[in-house]
Amino acid sequence: MENPNFILTVEDLSVSFDGFKAVDGLSFYIEPNECRVIIGPNGAGKTTVLDLICGRTRATAGSIEFKGAELTRMREDQIVHAGVGRKFQTPSVYEDLTVFENLEISYPRGHTVFGALTFRRDGDVDARIREVAETIFLGDFLQERAAILSHGQKQWLEIGMLLIQDPQLMMLDEPVAGMSVAERKKTAELLNRIIRDRAVIVIEHDMGFVADIATRVTVMHQGKRLSEGSMAHVQADPKVVEVYLGH
Amino acid sequence: MTKTSFLTRSEAVGLAILALIIFVAFPVMLDDFRLNLFGKYLSYAFVAIGLVLCWGAGGILSLGQGVFFGLGGYCMAMFLKLEASTPEATAIQSTPGIPDFMDWNQISALPIWWQPFNSFAFTLIAIFVVPAAFAFVIGYAMFRRRVSGVYFAIITQAIAAIATILIVGQQGYTGGVNGITDLRTLMGWDIRPDGAKTVLYFVNAILLFGCLVVAMAIRKSKFGRVLVAMRDAEDRVRFSGYDVASFKIFIFCVGAMMAAVGGAMFTLQVGFMSPTIVGIVPSIEMVIFCAVGGRHSLMGAVYGALLVNWAKTTFSESFPELWLFGLGALFIAVVMAFPNGLAGLFDDYIKPRLRGWRQTPATAPQPAE
Repeated sequence: MENPNFILTVEDLSVSFDGFKAVDGLSFYIEPNECRVIIGPNGAGKTTVLDLICGRTRATAGSIEFKGAELTRMREDQIVHAGVGRKFQTPSVYEDLTVFENLEISYPRGHTVFGALTFRRDGDVDARIREVAETIFLGDFLQERAAILSHGQKQWLEIGMLLIQDPQLMMLDEPVAGMSVAERKKTAELLNRIIRDRAVIVIEHDMGFVADIATRVTVMHQGKRLSEGSMAHVQADPKVVEVYLGH
Repeated sequence: MTKTSFLTRSEAVGLAILALIIFVAFPVMLDDFRLNLFGKYLSYAFVAIGLVLCWGAGGILSLGQGVFFGLGGYCMAMFLKLEASTPEATAIQSTPGIPDFMDWNQISALPIWWQPFNSFAFTLIAIFVVPAAFAFVIGYAMFRRRVSGVYFAIITQAIAAIATILIVGQQGYTGGVNGITDLRTLMGWDIRPDGAKTVLYFVNAILLFGCLVVAMAIRKSKFGRVLVAMRDAEDRVRFSGYDVASFKIFIFCVGAMMAAVGGAMFTLQVGFMSPTIVGIVPSIEMVIFCAVGGRHSLMGAVYGALLVNWAKTTFSESFPELWLFGLGALFIAVVMAFPNGLAGLFDDYIKPRLRGWRQTPATAPQPAE
């Protein structure tokens, strides 16, 4: 399957931890502007796939090519600068810093030691941070410490931190987990707005939410790809029903 | 307000009070002997400030800061020792013109690596570069491999132990367990009289404030906020596009350089440098200065260094056997009861009252009717 239009090409990707194959010969391809949702039972290797793409875990075999660059050989921060952003499953924000400062750290400038020492908060930075804060419903919380935010607000803040990086590939691990119904609805709106001009990979269990945002769905099981296609296609796939949706 | 001026008002007031204490109160109130002692205490404050940056802000606990303090101190001591070892002053040695301890150890020529320390300019540069280079090597080896937390602390402690053993073992080159003693003049200026010690006290104090300002600038830059962020969620920083290791290496080197400046000033004020100031116990004491002062407070570190050292002198004069227990109890008390040290106590109990006093006259008037 050769298609120069793919932004991300994952081929024969495998990783094993002490002999246990968490991801086993997985291949998939992401187009620019596509929203791919990965679903599957617990332990299927979904989060590990994201870990492999962003460099947190090193692949045992296989290749991950992003815009022509081989990610498996790059350091985490280099992968970020290549244009890949990642949100973690449990909200991961800087509790001791304000919402403004949290977003500022992700602002794509001054990421070297020297750059950080000489970084100036100019009008551009300020305007961009305010804009993103409005988008993630935290416009009134800029000067609050992140520790006081609710679980849902922390999730939004982390999404905002990704948004300000403006990655071409955004990876979200269970972005609506642990949210109230109202927060879930707002998050779906938020994601629908921000996934438009970029490629997105989402891991999610909430089928209503998946149907809402997915361009295509990949179903994983025991580290392998079980099925792939539109939401309707995978929902009708008997293998998928048996291992996952049926339960 | 998102723009912040360099100093907030309370920081400016805090700096002014500290300056009054160090530049006016101590020199006025203390006799020459005590002032020199306090100068020695303040040379430890450099290490404590470096630890606030590494440990308080960055979460990097080093139990080996004595090594960097010692490197700075030894660089200065080597220069002073060479100056004191003129051929005339050492005429009775079998090889005149080399440091006395070398002669005692049957060394008949100045080792090559000692020779640059004839130059004061080289010595000043070495005081910064040698500890920074050493910290860089340790930092690179540890932080690139993602060694952190308690493992890092243990390794730095081991390095402190190794450094002591090395210095003691290489007696002919380092002066061994006695260290480098009998230091006399700096560029012809006798550092031993009381007058010279007073001058050195003030030089030390000025350098300390320079150090404080540099540390404040670092903490207030985005670099400082990235350090705090790393402490809270290191992976998030990494996946926001930062090379976490290089940030840790840099701040570890800064802490090492600050410690080294303190070490050099220690040598000048006390008149010797020895391995007892490099090893595990002094390194842990340095962490206690920082913890007692408050590991998140730069100025607290200075007060911590002063208070603990003053207590050490006072108690060890009267109860020499009990002092180590006292120090241990102090550390436990800090960890259990007031984890943010003196600065934390100040913020929790004194600051609200100060604010209360200041606001009472402003809000209380307006007599009704």
